[in-house]
Formats: sequence, C-alpha cells, structure tokens
Amino acid sequence: MLDIQDLHAKIGDKAILKGLNLNVKAGEVHAIMGPNGSGKSTLANVLAGRDGYEVTKGSVSYEGNDLLELAPEERAWAGVFLAFQYPVEIPGVNNVYLLKAAVNAVRKYRGESELDAVEFLGLIKEKMKIVKMKEDLLNRSVNEGFSGGEKKRNEIFQMSVLEPKLAILDETDSGLDIDALKIVSEGVNSLRNEERSIILVTHYQRLLDYIKPDHVHVLSNGKIIKSGGPELALELEEKGYDWIKEEAA
Amino acid sequence: MASNTESMDDLVDKDYEHGFVTDIETDTVEPGLNEEIITFISKKKEEPEWLLEWRLKAYRHWLTMEDPTWAHLDIEHIDYQAISYYSAPKSKDDGPNSLDEVDPKLLETYEKLGIPLQEQKFLAGVAVDAVFDSVSVATTFKGKLADAGVIFCSFSEAVKEHPELVKKYLGSVVPAADNFFGALNSAVFTDGSFVYIPKGVRCPMELSTYFRINASNTGQFERTLIIADEKSHVSYLEGCTAPMRGENQLHAAVVELVALEDAEIKYSTVQNWYPGDENGVGGIYNFVTKRADCRGNNSKVSWTQVETGSAITWKYPSCILKGDNSVGEFYSVAVTNNHQQADTGTKMIHIGKNTSSTIISKGISARHAQQSYRGLVKISKSAENARNYTQCDSLLMGDQCGAHTFPYIEAKNSSATVEHEASTSKIGDDQLFYCMQRGIKEEDAVNMIVNGFCKEVFKELPMEFAVEAQKLLGITLEGAVG
Repeated sequence: MLDIQDLHAKIGDKAILKGLNLNVKAGEVHAIMGPNGSGKSTLANVLAGRDGYEVTKGSVSYEGNDLLELAPEERAWAGVFLAFQYPVEIPGVNNVYLLKAAVNAVRKYRGESELDAVEFLGLIKEKMKIVKMKEDLLNRSVNEGFSGGEKKRNEIFQMSVLEPKLAILDETDSGLDIDALKIVSEGVNSLRNEERSIILVTHYQRLLDYIKPDHVHVLSNGKIIKSGGPELALELEEKGYDWIKEEAA
Repeated sequence: MASNTESMDDLVDKDYEHGFVTDIETDTVEPGLNEEIITFISKKKEEPEWLLEWRLKAYRHWLTMEDPTWAHLDIEHIDYQAISYYSAPKSKDDGPNSLDEVDPKLLETYEKLGIPLQEQKFLAGVAVDAVFDSVSVATTFKGKLADAGVIFCSFSEAVKEHPELVKKYLGSVVPAADNFFGALNSAVFTDGSFVYIPKGVRCPMELSTYFRINASNTGQFERTLIIADEKSHVSYLEGCTAPMRGENQLHAAVVELVALEDAEIKYSTVQNWYPGDENGVGGIYNFVTKRADCRGNNSKVSWTQVETGSAITWKYPSCILKGDNSVGEFYSVAVTNNHQQADTGTKMIHIGKNTSSTIISKGISARHAQQSYRGLVKISKSAENARNYTQCDSLLMGDQCGAHTFPYIEAKNSSATVEHEASTSKIGDDQLFYCMQRGIKEEDAVNMIVNGFCKEVFKELPMEFAVEAQKLLGITLEGAVG
C-alpha cells in the first residue's frame, strides 16, 4: 500500500525528516509515536502534500505510484485522507456542503455519477451514527464554533463518508476528554477493514488503549529508531522516550 | 463592443431620425464641455426648456466645484474637456459581424457564466437581426407591465411621455448641486431608466431579464429615477454579470429612488465593468451617486450590490429615512483584484421616528487591490428610537492588498441604538489545504470559501442573480491565490 524509502524533508532551511523508512500493508494499523519535534506531523503533512514542506531525498510509493508527484487533491482522489490535528474553521461554508463537494469530487475522478442532495443525505445518515454526530453540527459552518471534541469527531465523520484507502490521523487524540476519545476511537475501529490502512500519529499511548495497532514505530529526530508490536507503546508509556534514544545512539 | 451610449429603444428603432444629422460618424460631438454642448444634448433629445435650464444650472454649479479627494483612492487627473459628452447610437454595421470577430477572452468568460449564445452576441455587440428573442421578450414584458399601470421606460422617453412625473421628482433626492460627479451627471446625462409604480401596485415581475439586456446600453452618464407610490412594491435589477467593455473611461451615474408611504423598493446591482488589465492599465472609473428617499411612513428601501468590476469604484448607495418607521438596508459585496480600487459604503440618515437601518458589507481584496468601506450612520434629533446595525467584514487574499474601514456615526438623539461590528480575515493557506485534502480543487475551494464569506449578502439577491453572482466571484478571483 505505502512504501516510504529514505525520506528526507525540510521546512525552509530546517531539515525535519532525515531518512525515514516505513512500509504499510493493506489492512494494517501503524502507530507513529515520538516526542515533540521528532517529525510526526511533518510526516503526515508530507504524505498529504501540504505546501511549505520540501522533500529533498527519498521516495514515497502509494499503490505502486509515486505519491509525491500528485497534487493534494489528486492524493485525496486516490484515497489518501488526513484527519487534521487542528481542523480549520471555514465561516459561511456549510459542513454538509463541503463534504458533498468532496464526495462528488472523488466520485467524478472515479468516473462515477455525482450524488444529488437526496442520495447524499441518505449516505451520511448512516455514517453519522458511527461517531454519534449531532445533526445540528452538519448544518453549521465547517468547524466554526465546534468544541475540540466536535472538531475531531467531524474529522472521523468525514473519513467515514469518504472511505479512504489510507487514513492518516494526526494527533487525533490531542485535546480530547476520555468520552470523546472513546467515541472517536470507536469510530476509527469501525472503519478498520482488510483493505484500509491507517497511520496513527500520536504523542501518547492512551489512544492505543482504544485502537490496537499492528505495529508501533518510534520517531526521533526525523528517523524511525525503533519498531515493534503494541507492547512497545506500553514500554514507552512506562519509560518515556529517552531510553530508546540512548539505545539508538 | 459597440457604443454604450444608446438606449434599448434606440437600438430597437434602428431608424434613427432625430434632428439634422444623418451621417452616423459625425454624430459624436467634439470633446469638451460648455453651455453650447449641453444645449446641443438637450436639443438633440428634444427636451423641454425647463430641463435645459436645470442642466445649465447644474453645469454652472459644477464649474465652482472641485474633484473630491477625500476618498481613499488614487485617481489620475481627469481632463473633463477631453471627453466627448454626446455620442449617438452607432449603426449595427460598426460592430463585429459574428462572434468569430469578438475577443476570445471575452467569449470564454461568457461561456463560464453560462450566457446563452444569442445573448452573448448581443453583449458583444454583434449585429443581430431585428427579430431576436430577448427583444420580443422585452416587448411582452412591456405589455404586462402596462396592464399593471407600471411605467418602465428610458429616461428620454419619460421626459417626453411623463414630463410631470420627471419634473416633480428629478433631483428631489440627489439635487443637481449635490456633489461633483452628481452635478456633472445632471448637466450632461444622456439617458437611463425611469420607473413609476402606481399606488397599491405590486410590480408583477422583477424588472430584471429585460434589464440584463438593456444594461449593455447604459450610458456614460446614466440617470435613473424610480418612484414607488403609496403601498407599491418593486424589485429592480441593474447591471449584468457579463463583462462590460465600455469605450469611455469615466462613468458617473446618478440613481434616485423615491419610496412613498408603505412602499418598498429593492434595488440590486451587479457591476462588472472592465477593471483594467493585470498591471492596472485601462479600466473604468465608476463614480456613482445612488440615493433613496424613504419619504413616506413605513417605507422601505434595500440596496444590494455585488461590485466586481471597474478600475476605481466610488459609490455609496444611501437611504434618507424621513418617514416614521421607515427602513433602510444596504448589503454589499465588493471584490477588488489586481490593481483595482474601491471606496464604497453607504449613508443611513435617520430622520423619522422608529427608523431602522441595516448595513452588511463584505469586502474582498486580492493581489495589489485596495478597498475601503466608508459609511455614515446619522441619527438626527428628531429620530426617536432609531436603530442601526452595521457589520463590515474584510477578506484578504495575499499580503499585498489592503482593506480599510471608515465608519462614521453621528447620534444626536439619545434613544438611538447603534451597533457596529467589523472583522478582517485572510483566506488561509490552511483553509485551502483543508479543502484540497478533501479532494476539492483549489479554484473550487477559493470559490467556496469566498462565497461562504459573502453568504449573508447573496441571500438578499433574487435567486437567478445570486447564482450568477457566485459564479462571477469565482471568475473574478481566478488564480488570485497561490
């Protein structure tokens, strides 16, 4: 599904990723953990194609194609979804309207007919249950006046509607209280299947209590310095990041 | 396109037989402005003596005035003696013979706006046969309006057919000596529109489809007068989403609205005159005086404008709220891109008791454009319990444009409630990226964000116009980000 080889990336003059390797197969859930400033969000943004990040070396292959060649919207059409760490507010733009435009853009790319309002509402009604999405949030402006939890829930709701092949969740657990964390996690779990790969970028282990990853990777100073199974996350929670850094050094 | 100084009627009556000149080419007067020229215009239009006197008085006053410099605009000196003040309708033979001869860029924009082919031809000034859909539609409308007693005609026609109404109301809202450009217009206006809605009549249609066509003939110095008699109602649409390429750089129009007791006028404008090129060369100077007089009790006037064109826009559609309980509204979207400049806003003058006004202004600036909102809310001593709500929002695209707000509030009655809210925001790269990550193309994302920003104003526009205005906004701002 996704094969990252020796990825180097910088913001301005500052090198952030310094030779990252990662292989994600279809149906797998990978957790990327690491201390602040290790390059976790940079990885998420580079994969999604955000401006301002320059890839200086290495390659990213997604379903056999060069992902870095694609524009952000082309990556979305190809099934790459980023759940934002800080979902932006877009005043005056209806939440449902944005989502409908997104769904139809993807359908158009796939050569499918665009959904009309009725068909679309039928589709999202089902999906709303997954993250217990309140109906009034649908008709508000995108993320405007949403609480932190509502914003993150909205991200997972969008993910459930867009049904991506590769979902990257950037610190989706940050700023969530325990109830919201449960709801969001249940939402993500319900979207796990054999074809869909998920990359969880997180600082804390607690998210992994709810979403069980197949693989855990520790990112430090722009490189993955240790990989393991779910038990690695528990070890990190207990001992912090320093011991691995020492081990790696 | 062909000359802009012809009225619909002139165009339909291709047999132009006024006066002594038959050679079309010599029917444009030499540049310059003096009493002779004004007399010539008046005679040419077979106007009564009083109107000529009115024009001359305005001219004599104009001579004592100076170009206004208070607006936040950078205007090159205008040589008023270098302008030709009268140009008769051109023969259709002067225009392009088919769309193949029209600037492809213009056609591309028509295409994007979804303008029907016949209408494209008309807008581009292509010679078309006399039997032409829109014209016959217009004629049908005229019949329907006449049945309702509504008078809707060119200003020149009104002067001939309804001189008593014109005499009574002309200059009663915008006096001839009101301001520099208003006075100039009063002296030299060539044509425009006249609407009278009789007592108790609800105008049976939006005065729109007709006008979309007619708008392409608006003159350099256009004069519009709309009178809504007691308990009447009218919705008037002006302008066109299709780009207008006038031959004249200076456009100084005057629009006067009179709402008598219990009457309501809704006036919507979409202005898309040629803004000049990316480097700020060329483009129309649009200096307009628009004012409404809510003369009767319980009267209401709503101005809604979408201003995307012109190199410079100087325009403040205003309401004088004289009648008790009268209501004034101003909803505006102004877009400035490249080197466009706009200084626009409104004045709400509260005189009657329990008068209320609402101002919603949305300004969008991109690239090097400068834009100002300038508004005055004046509560006179007599205006017991007057209320105003003002909201001014600016959206910036890029870091070289500017948005400025000059709200003036004068309250002379302590029972008044005046609220003002203002915000400035930038179209963020993060907003665009968010949309693009969801699969929405950048230009669609910009469109979506901008239209979201303008939503409160667009919902005031008649449906069909609102859809066009949304498309227009997208086209105007194309490529402005990134």
